[in-house]
Amino acid sequence: MSVKLYPPKPEKVYFFGTCLIDMFYPQAGLDGIRLLEREGIEVVFPDDQTCCGQAAYTSGYHDEARAVAAAQLDLFPDSWPIIVPSGSCGGMMRTHYPQLFAGTPREAQARDIAERIYELTEFLVHVCHVKFADKGEPQKVAMHTSCSARREMGLAETGPALLAQLGQVELVEQVRAAECCGFGGTFAVRHPEISAAMVEDKTQAIEAAGAEHFVTSDCGCLMNIAGRFEHQKKAVRGEHIASYLWRRTS
Amino acid sequence: MSVQHFIPQTYTPQAFHRQAHEALDDPQIRANFRRAMDGLITKRRDVFSDWDLEALRELGANIRLRALAKLPDLLEQLEANCQANGIRVHWAENGEAACRIIRELCEARGAKSVIKGKSMVSEEMHLNAHLEEAGIEALESDLGEYLVQLNEQTPSHIIMPAIHLNTDEISEILHDKTGTERTRDVDYMTAAARAQLRERFMAADVGISGVNFAVAETGTLCLVENEGNGRMTTTVPPVHIAVTGIEKVVEHLRDVPPLYALLTRSATGQHVTTYFNMISSPRKPGEHDGPEEVHLVLVDNGRSGIYQDNELLDTLRCIRCGACMNHCPVYTRVGGHTYGTTYPGPIGKILMPHMLGLEATKDLPTASSLCGACGEVCPVKIPIPDLLVRLRKESVGEGRGNVPGAGVKRSRKELLAWKGWQWLATHPAAWRGSTVIAGKLRALTPAKLGPWTEYRTAPKPAKVSLHALVKAHREELAGEGRS
Repeated sequence: MSVKLYPPKPEKVYFFGTCLIDMFYPQAGLDGIRLLEREGIEVVFPDDQTCCGQAAYTSGYHDEARAVAAAQLDLFPDSWPIIVPSGSCGGMMRTHYPQLFAGTPREAQARDIAERIYELTEFLVHVCHVKFADKGEPQKVAMHTSCSARREMGLAETGPALLAQLGQVELVEQVRAAECCGFGGTFAVRHPEISAAMVEDKTQAIEAAGAEHFVTSDCGCLMNIAGRFEHQKKAVRGEHIASYLWRRTS
Repeated sequence: MSVQHFIPQTYTPQAFHRQAHEALDDPQIRANFRRAMDGLITKRRDVFSDWDLEALRELGANIRLRALAKLPDLLEQLEANCQANGIRVHWAENGEAACRIIRELCEARGAKSVIKGKSMVSEEMHLNAHLEEAGIEALESDLGEYLVQLNEQTPSHIIMPAIHLNTDEISEILHDKTGTERTRDVDYMTAAARAQLRERFMAADVGISGVNFAVAETGTLCLVENEGNGRMTTTVPPVHIAVTGIEKVVEHLRDVPPLYALLTRSATGQHVTTYFNMISSPRKPGEHDGPEEVHLVLVDNGRSGIYQDNELLDTLRCIRCGACMNHCPVYTRVGGHTYGTTYPGPIGKILMPHMLGLEATKDLPTASSLCGACGEVCPVKIPIPDLLVRLRKESVGEGRGNVPGAGVKRSRKELLAWKGWQWLATHPAAWRGSTVIAGKLRALTPAKLGPWTEYRTAPKPAKVSLHALVKAHREELAGEGRS
C-alpha cells in the first residue's frame, strides 16, 4: 500500500458537487462547502459541472462516460485541490479517469485532475486538520462508509474520525460494517432482489447496533439505506455526513 | 424430517435471476451460506493477523504474473521435465478433448472404476458424466464432492463443494444413499464415509486428481488437500491421471511456498493443510508403492483466448482459493448454485464468460455492486471489479470484441438513454435547466419506480439544486462582504 502524502492547507479549492447531490441532496453539498469555508478556504464551484460519468462507466458505456468526463476536465484549470463529497465519484475521478483517458490526447489532463481529487472527509481530516466543537444533543450514530470510499479510496477511517470529535455523539458500529449496502448504481436496478436482500441486512444491522441515526459519505448509499428505512416506516433516518457535521457544529 | 434440497436440480447461468430469487427465498440456503462465509472470513482474518499480508499478496501476484508472462515457454519446460521424470503429458484444446484423452487412458488399462480427488477442471468438462457414458464409474473421494455426487448435485463452492448443506441434510443424504444411521454426530458420518471410500480406493483402477501448482523447472505436480484422499487417489490405484488448466504452471519450486502460504490461509484460514503432495514420477524400480503410470492432462478450454488480451489475462492469475466467494455479499446471499456455472462467485463471473460465452452468462458480470471486497482479499491481486466492468463493456459492444458473445447486450433503447444522458451532461445550461424542472415537478415524482420502490421509498428531486443553492450562497457571501 502506497502512502499518500497530503499538501498543506490551500487558500482555494474546487468543489465538485456530484449529480446525486445536485439533484437530490443539495443541502449536503452546501454544507460541505460551508465546512470548507469555515476553515478559511475559498471554495470555487464551477457552474458548468454536471456528472462524473460513473454510472455509464460501470455499466460498460465507456464512450459515453468519456464524453461526459471530458466535459468536467476543463473545469479545474488552476492547480488547487478538487473536493468531492462522495467516495464513489471521488474514486471514479481519482482512479478511473486516468484509465478512461489512457492513450487519448487528454490522458495527462486526466492524470492531473486525478491527483488533485480529495474526498471531503479525507480533506477535512488530512489537509484541514479540523477541530470540531459539538453543539448537538447526545445521539447514537452509525456510520456507513461506502465501498468506494473504503476500498477504492482507502478512506475507512476519515468519516469515523470526524464523528469521534463530536463529544455528544456515540458512534456505534453495526455488524459487518464493511459489507456493501447493495446500492451499486445500476446493480440495484438490474438485480433488485439481491440488492434488496443486502440493504435489508444493512438496515437491520444499523438498527441492531442501537443507532438512532446514520450518516454516510455517499448519496447512493444514503438513498438506498434511508429509502429502505423509510419504506419500513422505521424511525432511523440518515443524512450525508457533511450535513450532520455542519448541523452539529454551527 | 423433510429436507427440501434433496431434489436434484439443474442450474444454468441463463436462469440466474430465477435461481437467485429462489435462493433468496430459501431461509436454509441463506443461513447455511451466511454462517459458513462469516466463519471463513473470520478464520482468514485471524490467520493473516501476524503477516505482512500486503507484501505477501504483492509477491504472490508477481509470481503469477511472471509465470503468465512466460507461459508458453514454461509449459514446454513443464512438459519436458515431466516426461523426463516419467510423467506422460497430454494436451487438450477443450473439455471434450480432455475427456476423450482421459477416457482412452482408462480404456487402455481396461479400467472400470475411477476414484477422483477434487478437481474443478474435471467439473468444468463434466468428466464424470463422460466416463459414465463409456461405462466407467467415477467416484468422488473428497468428502464434500462425495456428498454432492451422492446428492446428484454440483459443487456450490470451489473449495467446499457441499457448503450449501447443513448437518441434517448431510445425515439425510448419507442415510438415503448409503444406509448410515440418521445422526447429528459429525464424527460418525465422517467415519462412515471414510470406510465407504476406503474400499473404493483399494478397488479403483485409475485415480484422477487436479493440480494446484505445476512446477516447470522440476516437473513436479503439487496437490493441496486436507483429507488424505488426494494422497490415496494419487498413490493407491495403478494409474494416476492429473488434470489441470494450463495456467496452473509456476516457474520455480521456490515460487510454491509463498503461493501455498497464500492459498491455504485465503481459502480456509489454515497455516498449512494436512496434506501437501508433490508428485514427481511414477513408481520407480525397487519402490514399494505409487502408481505404475502417471499422466498429466493440460487443458486449455478457453484459457489461451483469455491470454491474448492484456487486461483479461489477469483472470488467469487465480490460484482457486475461493476467498472472493467467501467475501462476496452477492455470493453469500444467493449461494453457489445460483450462478449455474462450474466456478461461482466473483471468479466465476470473470472466468465463465470466456468458457460459455457472454450470451449464456450475460447476467453474471452485472450481478455485482462492484463493492470491491473480492479484489481486496484476492491473494494474487486480481482486479476483479475492473474485469467485471471490462466484461460489461464487452457485453454492450463497446469493448475490443474478443470475448465470445461480445455485444450480446447491445440495446438500441439503452444506448439511446445513455446518449441522452451524455447530451444533457455535456450541455451544462440544459443540465441546470433540467434540475430546475425536476425540482418544480418533484410533486409529480412517481411513488413507484420499478423494482427500486418494491423495497425502498422513491427519492424525490430537491426543490432547488446545488447549483441554485450555491448561487444564493454566493450572493449571501457577497452581501456580507459589502456590509
